[in-house]
Amino acid sequence: MTRRTMIEAIRDAMDVMMSRDDDVVVFGEDVGYFGGVFRATQGLQAKYGTSRCFDTPISELGIVGVAVGMAAYGLKPCVEIQFADYMYPAYDQIVSEAARLRYRSNGQFTCPLVVRMPTGGGIFGGQTHSQSPEALFTHVCGIKTVVPSNPRDAKGLLISAIEDPDPVIFLEPKRLYNGPFDGHHDRPVTPWSKHDLGEVDDGHFAIPLGSAAIRRQGKAVTILAYGTMVHVAETAAAETDIDAEIIDLRTLLPLDLDTIEASVKKTGRCVIVHEATLTSGFGAELCALVQTRCFYHLEAPIVRVAGWDTPYPHAQEWDYFPGPARIGRALIETLEA
Amino acid sequence: MSSRREAVRSPEPAPLKLHVPEPAVRPGGTPDFSNIRIPRAGQVDRPNVDVDAEAIRDLAFSVIRVLNRDGEAVGPWAGALSDSELLEGLRHMMTLRAFDARMQMAQRQGKTSFYMQHMGEEAVSCAFRKALAPGDMNFPTYRQAGLLIAGGYSLVEMACQIYSNTHDPLKGRQLPVMYSSREHGFFSISGNLATQYIQAVGWAMASAIKNDTKIAIAWIGDGATAESDFHAALVFASTYRAPVVLNIVNNQWAISTFQGIARGGSGTFAARGLGFGIPALRVDGNDYLAVHAVAKWACERARRNLGPTLIEHVTYRVGAHSTSDDPAGYRPKTESEAWPLGDPVIRLKNHLIVRGAWSEERHKQAEAEILDTVISAQKEAESYGTLHSEQRPSARDMFEGVFAEMPPHLRRQRQEAGV
Repeated sequence: MTRRTMIEAIRDAMDVMMSRDDDVVVFGEDVGYFGGVFRATQGLQAKYGTSRCFDTPISELGIVGVAVGMAAYGLKPCVEIQFADYMYPAYDQIVSEAARLRYRSNGQFTCPLVVRMPTGGGIFGGQTHSQSPEALFTHVCGIKTVVPSNPRDAKGLLISAIEDPDPVIFLEPKRLYNGPFDGHHDRPVTPWSKHDLGEVDDGHFAIPLGSAAIRRQGKAVTILAYGTMVHVAETAAAETDIDAEIIDLRTLLPLDLDTIEASVKKTGRCVIVHEATLTSGFGAELCALVQTRCFYHLEAPIVRVAGWDTPYPHAQEWDYFPGPARIGRALIETLEA
Repeated sequence: MSSRREAVRSPEPAPLKLHVPEPAVRPGGTPDFSNIRIPRAGQVDRPNVDVDAEAIRDLAFSVIRVLNRDGEAVGPWAGALSDSELLEGLRHMMTLRAFDARMQMAQRQGKTSFYMQHMGEEAVSCAFRKALAPGDMNFPTYRQAGLLIAGGYSLVEMACQIYSNTHDPLKGRQLPVMYSSREHGFFSISGNLATQYIQAVGWAMASAIKNDTKIAIAWIGDGATAESDFHAALVFASTYRAPVVLNIVNNQWAISTFQGIARGGSGTFAARGLGFGIPALRVDGNDYLAVHAVAKWACERARRNLGPTLIEHVTYRVGAHSTSDDPAGYRPKTESEAWPLGDPVIRLKNHLIVRGAWSEERHKQAEAEILDTVISAQKEAESYGTLHSEQRPSARDMFEGVFAEMPPHLRRQRQEAGV
């Protein structure tokens, strides 16, 4: 057991997998010699050599495209897109190729590929360093989408993602890289070393994809969240003194619907929180599923707290980011309904 | 040109005008290929495989040809194949042509929804396949079925895929002609153009990472070179010196769009490789011997870890783009007859006759035999069903293979579908 930041945990996951499996290769922009702009791959090239960890030209479509070819050959590429905001040039390779390869070839070719990408806002990243494009992945059949919220999960989920026989989009909330963030931007951030979930097992361990974690047991309302919003929701529940059950989804697809359903049937109320824009966001899918599964147990309309339907602004960061105050209001609203 | 000169001389710039390239001739006009410069067979040098791209720049602007007008194999690229190998090659091309004709007809008869022919381009994929070693992987487009036929893939399985029947190796999930056979070094075809070009580079990089000896072969048409994946593939192939052969099949047409729309007004498709430091060659795509010789050269370069090669195969799409296309709407009906590089099947046939290894009679006989073989494969495939028959892959198959293991939501949907 070692105290690690989320970056360290992610790096450790790749280190563990590269040492266990010669077929694991890591590459992306600035990923090799320099160790990544967020330091997620620091030391890997020195340890495993340039043919296992290397820099690429600035071409997202190229990075994912060659990774699909490598995966078809039999390697297990774990590639990095520097910011999720820059994945769009690779979208065709992800949607039309990686996601469909097993299906269209009837299993002759498969794509055991992981695409890591830093996601989310709260860092004054403006329009192209803050987006949360998860709904653009969950809508695609054939890929899995993972969003960890802490170092322990990040390592265990990334190991599962690399071991998974199918393509996985691994979205890393960059706001959480160095410490949990509760949305109170005006207060100092606690480092992961002071948080229970900063305690990360050494060596190999896996957290299965498709399983949610209950971060707080509660009876009054169920909060469905993932990534940074898990911590913001915890703070909102504490500040409103509402006995919320907080579910960290961890994997958006496949989704742990059983955990969600059991919780909402218990509480009768549901608040869904994400940073991504509201319309057609992943919250809409969650809302529809809860409504269908738990209709007779619901005592109030399901509420969604999300980013506004605008591009992510710079100066208005904290008017945009769904902070504890907005979530708190939604909790009160659903309890008063 | 004179207008450009005037534009420079005039004191004030004239209003800007958008340039949109147009083919030399449209329907009703007389076919004209005078813009295509074709050197005599045997004229182009054969450099060593370790040559620098810079040293052979002229090869990107010429055309490597082996068969001359008299059907003789001449020059430094000749002599790599024996008579029996050439006869086998002829058989492959004739089989592909016969198969195309039968499947085209089957589509018209409603036995399948769609088909794409190779008419005029048979030499490109058939001859290239003969230069490959077991384990090499092609990343083909939808117009390289010759790779399968020359690679010994079963015609019955091809037809079953086209019919989407109970024996379809892809379980009815894919549009006709989107074949896949790992065993035959034929990567799963995607409808999304150019995507496989960069994947081929990745496959080749993987082979290099694992210190393997296999190489990858990338395929793209002239039109699809305009896709971003083409550029990415050249960048990555060049950066990592990937053991890949990058083929461009320039058949002059991208559906209704003449090649000038993709290429612009200057250079050649092969010349695009030069900017990336990739040795680039142009070859007569209707010359079986030339295609094979160039393929062998490029494959040897890749196998010796000398890096990628770009090859532009100059050919002509004689048939319609697909069964959903009518070329009479955008090009002269007789254009294919005017194509200066002729017909690949007839050219190889004539060469073999000149060599005394073949005759008109034997050719006619072979045509009849091949047609019989194709018809009997087609009949067998039809015994397993055609698109609208009762014999179809099960609806249950529709839910399989999205993931290695079926996740809960798909299990629920399969249940809901009642299968």
